Amino acid sequence: MAEIKLTVNGVAHTAAVDPEMPLLFYLMDDLKLNGPKFGCGLAQCGACTVMVNGEATRSCTYPCSEAAGKSVMTIEGLGTAEKPHPLQQMFIEEQAVQCGFCISGVMLHGKEFVDKNPRATRDEIIAGLNGVMCRCYAHARMVRALERYAEGLRT
Amino acid sequence: MTIQEFDRRGFLKGLGVLIAGYSVNAELTAQTAAGPPYPVIAPAQVDSWVAIASDGSVTGLTGKCDFGQGFGLVQKQLVAEELGVPFDRVRMIICDTAFTPDQGVSSGSLGHPANFSRNSGLRQALATARETLVRMASEQLNVPVDDLTVDNGMVISTRDASKRISYGTLIGNQRFAATVSNRAIPRDPETYKVLGRSIPREDIPFKVDGTFEYVHHVRVPGMLHGRVVRPPSPDAKVVSVDEASVSRLPGNVRVVVKGDFVGVVADGQWQAIRAAETLKVNWSNVAPLPKFENIHEYVKAQPSRDNYIVRAADMDEKFASARRVITAAYKHPYQMHGSLGTSCAVADVRDGSATIWSATQGVYPQRDSVAVVLGIPANRIRVIHKEGSGCYGINGADTVSYDAALLSQAVGKPVRVQLSRKDENTGAENYGPAYVINLKAAIGDDGLISAWDYEGWTLSKGGRPNAANPGNIPTGALVGRPTPPVVPTATPTVAAAFNNNSNAASAYGTGCVGGACGGTGRIRSERVLVHTIQSPFFTGPLRSPNRLQNSFANESFMDEVASALGHDPLIFRRMHLSDPRMIDVMHEAAVAAKWESRPSPKRGNPRTGVVTGRGMAILLYEGDNGYSCVIAEVDVNQASGAIVVKKFYQSQDSGPVSNPDGLKNQMEGGTLQGMSRAMREEVRWDDFGVTSVDWRRYNAFRFGEFVPEFVNVLLDRKGETQMGAGEGTITIAAAAIANAVFDATGARLREVPFTPDRVLAALRARPA
Repeated sequence: MAEIKLTVNGVAHTAAVDPEMPLLFYLMDDLKLNGPKFGCGLAQCGACTVMVNGEATRSCTYPCSEAAGKSVMTIEGLGTAEKPHPLQQMFIEEQAVQCGFCISGVMLHGKEFVDKNPRATRDEIIAGLNGVMCRCYAHARMVRALERYAEGLRT
Repeated sequence: MTIQEFDRRGFLKGLGVLIAGYSVNAELTAQTAAGPPYPVIAPAQVDSWVAIASDGSVTGLTGKCDFGQGFGLVQKQLVAEELGVPFDRVRMIICDTAFTPDQGVSSGSLGHPANFSRNSGLRQALATARETLVRMASEQLNVPVDDLTVDNGMVISTRDASKRISYGTLIGNQRFAATVSNRAIPRDPETYKVLGRSIPREDIPFKVDGTFEYVHHVRVPGMLHGRVVRPPSPDAKVVSVDEASVSRLPGNVRVVVKGDFVGVVADGQWQAIRAAETLKVNWSNVAPLPKFENIHEYVKAQPSRDNYIVRAADMDEKFASARRVITAAYKHPYQMHGSLGTSCAVADVRDGSATIWSATQGVYPQRDSVAVVLGIPANRIRVIHKEGSGCYGINGADTVSYDAALLSQAVGKPVRVQLSRKDENTGAENYGPAYVINLKAAIGDDGLISAWDYEGWTLSKGGRPNAANPGNIPTGALVGRPTPPVVPTATPTVAAAFNNNSNAASAYGTGCVGGACGGTGRIRSERVLVHTIQSPFFTGPLRSPNRLQNSFANESFMDEVASALGHDPLIFRRMHLSDPRMIDVMHEAAVAAKWESRPSPKRGNPRTGVVTGRGMAILLYEGDNGYSCVIAEVDVNQASGAIVVKKFYQSQDSGPVSNPDGLKNQMEGGTLQGMSRAMREEVRWDDFGVTSVDWRRYNAFRFGEFVPEFVNVLLDRKGETQMGAGEGTITIAAAAIANAVFDATGARLREVPFTPDRVLAALRARPA
């Protein structure tokens, strides 16, 4: 066990955890956050994605020790159902979800890419999501939501 | 109150008092709060489906669950519609054995037939409730029933609008104490105001803000975490378990062994994962599995259980007199559900009773079968459905619920189990089975198909669990419950009755058995013979089970015959169809796609480079449950063998449309999942076990590759009965793509998945 200081969604925490434990389990079980989810434990699908110091990161293979002193944001940190972030708003408007288990990967990898490339074309957005999975295959709507989010950034 | 608050409350109160403030009748709430034995929820009683509180709020209760398709939403629309209450005054309780009626399994596109169609469960109960309210109001207001109408949660006189009484005043917090009447008249879909509208999904805001509670987030006080150590090969048995191998690990690790079921329980999730990885188990040696490479030859060589769907007497005669005979063979691999999130359940088994939070498709079948596994009476078990990762059929949800229940029973505390990816892919699923399908068409003197001959081979082991067969799923078998084997039979000589539930018979036959005809086509001479053999792997319903494999073959073959005879694929299909709705659904998609009438392959396409083409496929799902047409436009790179689907045009006729945007979402997701299955997905194995252990080795379609665009056409037939809609387009995506590839290149793909190697081989096999 080790004591690890980190910030999650703007709140400072001291985690008393096995430093090798993937960050996902701290977020899910200790902080009881539902946003990042266990999909594969192998960084292959994206369900566990969080932002670590602003970078989309697969928390299922990211040890807690690495998170020391860093700032973590989960999708809970974006906005709420009552006051959604513009990205969340677009996913709601486009009804770009079926089961929604994949949504952390799609939204956070999508946001990271589009924030850096607000002029990206549809094809570029799809390429920017490389490796992220959605098994309900709501892809077409998700891409449209991200295109509209990009549009919002440009205006 | 938000859905989220409702959800959280529902689960917290599941431990004791339940759903305070909800208008489930007080008696039932009190009985459930008192704990087991739980009351029987009689489907014949109106009170089992609907309750009205004194403030006029309404609770609908249903046994058809939502797995992320929005089926909860449309059922809520139905409650508001039938009762005439504002949508936002309705709450739903869905799939909880302590509260909702037994509606079996939520599957097979049967949600709408079960609860929306004529004389169906929820709709008929609501119609009875509305008529009961009107009769009560008639007495109170002293107005004849015929002069009363309902609106906005009130019964109102049509002659004097000041004479009105609210539902809350009429029946608030009291039981209807009425039997569901088949004479009650549901509202006419032509008059729908709430159904038929694209009301947005209420769960989506909470799914995108991360607060939605899936079964993975059920957190019961004192809950421990478990994992199961599964056999490396399907039939391996436990020889020994070295408990000392985990005794030094942190987290109060406990080992549980019951037959061939080996599990660990620890305080924390990570500790349970480490313990499961560390625990040393010796497994017995087993005979090697049938060779992956030869599975399609293997299946044809085994003793089989045989069944005719239809068998015309004049088959031999038709083939003997045929002007031409066309044949082709199609192959389909085993595929997996491969849910994005691994399966998870929480169980609290103590003091001879159990509560299980599960993403199962059938809360009652799970309750009744887990009762056998645990040795606890079913009426002392409560199964509460909590949404999981999309399941697409019988993924690991039932098996992991057994896992959690067995581990909880062993340690006497609540236990949460979430599977590893490897366990999900290799040991917890009931796969969709492989198929070989031989098709043969006789062409008559009129240039039409005069006889259609289907012979198919597939594999089966287990299936959905039920009280008699908990061994139908992997963990049931691990604890020693038998899995009924496939018993080979002599081939029967006749079909019992025409039942095209598996879509083994094509859309083009008359489907006549014993004088009754159930087909959608004109071909009178049909033979459909299905052979089923024992599968080495557990199998079960995977989205559009059997229908998808069969439709790939039938709809590809129709295209082959059309091409061989020089016909446009649409026109040739139409010449063999009799059902006007099938013809319409095909035409609507074709109009949207600006279908160019000509035979395939497309003339003038070069034999090198990237070429484009289009292909279609049609379906009446399950022979009677929703019409679909999919048209695919593809690019084929003839150097690399890569197929890129650029666009799908698709149409659906399932009777009245409950929620147009929700239906489009289902059609799009279905087709794209169908594309992934057609082009990418295949369970692989070596001598001793499945090797498709993760997403690198089960190569499903993912972001990064081109995402096709969709054009959806909905045929909203308000005068027809409600049919299923969720599984239509997925069923025919593969044939639409294969037919488009043929149109582009003249190369025929007869084996799923359409890997670049297979495309290149088909290109090489083209006639010079």
